[in-house]
Amino acid sequence: MPLRFDSFVFFVFAAIMVFAALRVITARNPVHAALWLVLSFFTAAAIWLLLRAEFLAIALVLVYVGAVMVLFLFVVMMLDVNFDALRQHFASYLPVGATVGVLIVAQMVLLLYNTTRGAGEAPAAAADNTRALGRLLYVDYVYPFEIAAVILLVAIVAAIALTFRRRRSTKYQEPAEQVKVRKADRVRLVDLPLEKPER
Amino acid sequence: MSILAVPIPLHYYLVLGALLFAISVVGIFLNRKNVIILLMAIELMLLAVNMNFVAFSSFLGDMAGQVFVFFILTVAAAESAIGLAILVLLFRNVGTIDVEDLGKLRG
Repeated sequence: MPLRFDSFVFFVFAAIMVFAALRVITARNPVHAALWLVLSFFTAAAIWLLLRAEFLAIALVLVYVGAVMVLFLFVVMMLDVNFDALRQHFASYLPVGATVGVLIVAQMVLLLYNTTRGAGEAPAAAADNTRALGRLLYVDYVYPFEIAAVILLVAIVAAIALTFRRRRSTKYQEPAEQVKVRKADRVRLVDLPLEKPER
Repeated sequence: MSILAVPIPLHYYLVLGALLFAISVVGIFLNRKNVIILLMAIELMLLAVNMNFVAFSSFLGDMAGQVFVFFILTVAAAESAIGLAILVLLFRNVGTIDVEDLGKLRG
């Protein structure tokens, strides 16, 4: 029976992805954790290419890795945090954490094996994944698309509103304040006695 | 070896998604003090859900799954941006990202 290359590639990428995800949560250095997360996103994109979802694979690499993970790396490198203090109780949490993880995986795997075993082979994909996705997005789902645009706008405004600090040294005029000025704010009449010249 | 001779069935992709989800839950459990790793574990969780959506979309031939992944990516990017902005602000004001020092909202 000839062995298929795409099945072999799936197992390779799946193994890399699971290992990278494990290293994300166990890395001591958060920059390393962010880089392992980048690796798991790349392998996820490769697996999505195997599933013939090319647009989403490229979008994952461009948007998620290229923007979100770069943002993570910026923040991680910018904050000067003492990370050893945060890992104090790591070893004591590990047995319970591993048990919880194994139980979750066991439950989900049992459920999935029993219910989706009969699912057929992957059908041949549409000729052009991007075109099919674009047609759906702009015709059937245009309202959620516009709402997603509003969500992104809200995110931009929120991030700037939270963290923007004005430089105190810049000089600028505020016409609203200028118009509100009253004579009493600017002019003060002082009663001084007349000075008689010395004779 | 016989699994390498047939195309990968659906439940293999779902098990992979389940593994990623469980790893992310364990990550939240282990790194409860470190807010940055918490945010990364949440990204892993979203990746697991996206994997499930794409697998189902491919096997059922329904493109709606991929459209939904598109929106999940959008919302996840927005949420990461705001989460990191809050983190930066927190660090500016408190000086640490230890979750236990964040008791200021408590009365």
